[in-house]
Amino acid sequence: MNVKKIREDFPILKRLVRGKPLVYLDNAATTQKPRAVIDALVDFYEKHNANVHRGVHTLSDEATQMVEDSRAKAARFINAPEPECVIFTRNATESLNLVAHGWGRKFLKAGDEVLLTELEHHSNLVPWQMLAVEKGVVLKHIPVLPDGTLDLGSLPNLLTKKTKLVSFTAASNALGTLIPVEKIVAAAKAVGAVTLVDASQWAPHLGLDVRKWGADFVAFSAHKMLGPTGIGVLWGKRELLDGMDPFLGGGDMIQRVWLDRFTANVLPHKFEAGTPNIADAVAFGPALDYLTKIGMDAIREHEVALTRRALEALKAEPEVVVYGPADLSQRGGVVSFNVKGLHPHDVGTALDLEGVAVRAGHHCCQPLMGKLKCGGTARASFYLYNTEEEVDAFVGALRKAVAFFKKPAHA
Amino acid sequence: MAEGDAELQDLYREVLLDYFRDEAHKGVVDGADFHSHGINPVCGDEIEVTIKTGAGCALEKIRFTGHGCVISQASSAMMAEALEGRTPQQAQALINAFKDMMLKKAPLESLPEELDALKALEGVRRFPNRVKCATLAWNTVQQGLGTKPGRTVDFEEVE
Repeated sequence: MNVKKIREDFPILKRLVRGKPLVYLDNAATTQKPRAVIDALVDFYEKHNANVHRGVHTLSDEATQMVEDSRAKAARFINAPEPECVIFTRNATESLNLVAHGWGRKFLKAGDEVLLTELEHHSNLVPWQMLAVEKGVVLKHIPVLPDGTLDLGSLPNLLTKKTKLVSFTAASNALGTLIPVEKIVAAAKAVGAVTLVDASQWAPHLGLDVRKWGADFVAFSAHKMLGPTGIGVLWGKRELLDGMDPFLGGGDMIQRVWLDRFTANVLPHKFEAGTPNIADAVAFGPALDYLTKIGMDAIREHEVALTRRALEALKAEPEVVVYGPADLSQRGGVVSFNVKGLHPHDVGTALDLEGVAVRAGHHCCQPLMGKLKCGGTARASFYLYNTEEEVDAFVGALRKAVAFFKKPAHA
Repeated sequence: MAEGDAELQDLYREVLLDYFRDEAHKGVVDGADFHSHGINPVCGDEIEVTIKTGAGCALEKIRFTGHGCVISQASSAMMAEALEGRTPQQAQALINAFKDMMLKKAPLESLPEELDALKALEGVRRFPNRVKCATLAWNTVQQGLGTKPGRTVDFEEVE
């Protein structure tokens, strides 16, 4: 993998921040876009812009074909057998909400249990809390252990005949923990529960095979994997998607409409009401092509090397506390940390002044931060275009910040 | 000096770091007349302010506890120092003057003399996502002063 060459494909990596070269380590929040994705947006609006699925003219046919090409690419990327089972949403959050509304509201009743984990992003907690209030569904959580992994030993107690859904992240955005997806899916299936995997932090970084996972639903966002903002994916098994109620009502999701009723359209259109985000769906295609061309195994290997380098350097800093699994095989390219006695926002600001972009705060995981007994952390997260030199620049900037804030008080 | 270093020192001025480390106003006042609790959910900063009034209803003793970044902790210590000895009315006027300066509704020069030390927070105005760190303590105490003595009041920063 030629990182130097890859970097040339990302125009933003040339910019300076506060007079220093940008070191972009906030990839778990969103990733930068290669030229091919930016060009695809311009190309679409300059040459093919039209509404989809209803025109009888050339441009509409072209736009429709381009969206469907992206859908097919997304299906191939996750080894999904049918592109029709790939629903385009706004983001993974909407994908998770789609399942809560379309499946949860229809099939869950009072006393049914939904099993989540303590690692979840707010987007995989709040939709279920809303459903719990509405339907009397009971929420349970797989506990997180001090090293950031899940306490899977608790599964036999947590999974019962009442468990109707197990919804969990494949990789923690806050700590980087990689979750043994197949193991949880198998355990859930054994009690007849439906499974939903939040793959937002997995799909961009590791090969994803929905058939191997065996899950019923998988959700992720395009913008975390080189694609544009405003496009997410919900993949689901056909029999589940067919049995669900529509999410939003309107154009495109119907077959026939009378004044008092409607019939729903076939997949995927049943869940794509109204004019979709056409241009961004089109530009998601080249993002997937780019990742496929580089290869997910090579990307994973590169991120492991960067993460190892960062972890080893931070381990040598007595003032720095690192969270998450020490075993790199159980960790994605995320390094969450704190400087003792310092608030992560001060650390984040000091790093920003050196051109190093990290995330600081609760990472939309307030319950997890409570469990770790910290208000938040600073987080560096890596991607295919990051270099070893950038890891060193990050560590150097952090050392500088520690020295600045920890210098002896003014006499 | 590199640009980043100069900016770091401009934002986190020496006097700010001194107030950050200063413990003089840390703690809880026994038998407080005013009691308020403020949080900034975005960054998890939390502050609890207790105030004991003395002769002429002046704010005789102000103490705070909680946790937060350098900016919020330094601003809390400066708030306690600046408002002690003032009447609630004077305190309200000073709080408004400080907030107007931080929110760029008023120029730095408009800060009353009593708030001279607060000029050290001027650099924060260039970091819009950090301004709330500086105003949390002030909003919290303002909320406390606005309620009846003896009651506890909560303040929550909103985005």
